[in-house]
Amino acid sequence: MAYRLQRVLRPNAGWNRLSAGVQASAAARRLFTGAERQTKQELFGCRMCGQCALPVTGYVCPMGCPKELRNGPCGGVGADGSCEVYPELRCVWVEAYERAASQGRAADLRLLHRPIDNRRWGESSWLNYWQGRDEGLWVDAAGAAKEGPRQANDGEDKVQQ
Amino acid sequence: MSLRERLASGGFAVTAEISPPRGASTDPIAKLAEHLRDWVDAVNITDNQGSNVRLSSWAGSLAAMAAGLEPVMQMTCRDRNRIALQSDLLGASALGIRNVLVMTGDHPKFGDHPGAKPVFDLDSVQLLWTLRTMRDEHMLLSGRTLNPPPDCFLGAVENPSAPPLPFRAERLGKKVAAGAQFVQTQFVFDVAAFGEWMAQVRDIGLHEQCYILPGVGAVRSRRALDFMRDKVPGVHVPDDVYRRLRAVPEDQIAKEGARLAAQTVQRLAEIEGVAGVHLLVAGNEQAVAGILDEAGVRTNKAGVRTNGVRTNEAGEHGR
Repeated sequence: MAYRLQRVLRPNAGWNRLSAGVQASAAARRLFTGAERQTKQELFGCRMCGQCALPVTGYVCPMGCPKELRNGPCGGVGADGSCEVYPELRCVWVEAYERAASQGRAADLRLLHRPIDNRRWGESSWLNYWQGRDEGLWVDAAGAAKEGPRQANDGEDKVQQ
Repeated sequence: MSLRERLASGGFAVTAEISPPRGASTDPIAKLAEHLRDWVDAVNITDNQGSNVRLSSWAGSLAAMAAGLEPVMQMTCRDRNRIALQSDLLGASALGIRNVLVMTGDHPKFGDHPGAKPVFDLDSVQLLWTLRTMRDEHMLLSGRTLNPPPDCFLGAVENPSAPPLPFRAERLGKKVAAGAQFVQTQFVFDVAAFGEWMAQVRDIGLHEQCYILPGVGAVRSRRALDFMRDKVPGVHVPDDVYRRLRAVPEDQIAKEGARLAAQTVQRLAEIEGVAGVHLLVAGNEQAVAGILDEAGVRTNKAGVRTNGVRTNEAGEHGR
């Protein structure tokens, strides 16, 4: 279901115009971000990092991991799949692997996720996605061999060489 | 011969582990070095292991070098953000520390400062990727250039026996793609299960892209055995191993544990793609010589290591 929605929500001119409109008005942005928070918290345990990884993590939020690991589980997962830090919880990556594998998407978990931009916490990741600010959040192994882990959109910050 | 050279030559590499002291002196490291100097290629210096405060890993690494050991500086993502991690790599490299082992790190909850703020700004894959880019592209994570770049041999860790099992070899693949050149694993007591993981590793060709050193420990007491089986997440102690160690009297367990470790080293050495072993014996360093001697891994005066299992008389790889 989420994977079907993923196709509908892919960036296009329509989404781009709509998101630009929402982005421009502070009130609309607040309303939109609030709606995203409500739905995604309810459905996926979203933490509003503002740079969503759900499409390639079996729709399990990696930021729910106590170590916020975006590239897979740590080595402390219990034999029953429990979280090492909070044993009453299931490891989000065990959950992610099972859900992705059940949809034939286990290969998604091989992608390498770049470090997140900690300034984006609390922002709407949908707006960031449609506005192209989320580009290159992850890359495949061949890409990682060629590129550094820096996010392409970091260029906005004009780091002086 | 450095660790990197030993591995590149196809020789059987041996690493061990030291926990730096809780105190402002490096003397304990110099003492431990006596047990290890003639037996191992390099020694891991842990980074506040188990989230307990100890002398820092870079300082411990310098002390190890002064005591005649080649260090593997462990670096966790728990206590430092991306700024501090990159800065520490530059410092370590400038001072001659070549081997760096990257890991996510234990959660602070398990240590002596459970109320500490967990950092985890980067994860282990991202840190490996960052360090590789610093070395090879001469560039920081910010995009700024570095001059001169650091020189480092990058290591990672893996736990072959923790769920999700079908993903564990793939996860090592991500680390290799990010820059890992060698990997040390969590304790292996279940050699058969490790062999299955190695088959997956070979299927995706990782044994040809990085050196794999399984972790071997020596159980010293019943309490340690029970702790290992029941309390250490991700470690699997199979029933036959457990029964074997339970069956001997308490005062014989350390000896039997060392014998088991030696046999484990031998069995692991026979698995295709295993480049050496990592002896997880912190606190029990004096056992290293006995374990390696019994396993048939020896070093002659010229520094050539021969291994009863895998190398011929010329010291060449037996495969």
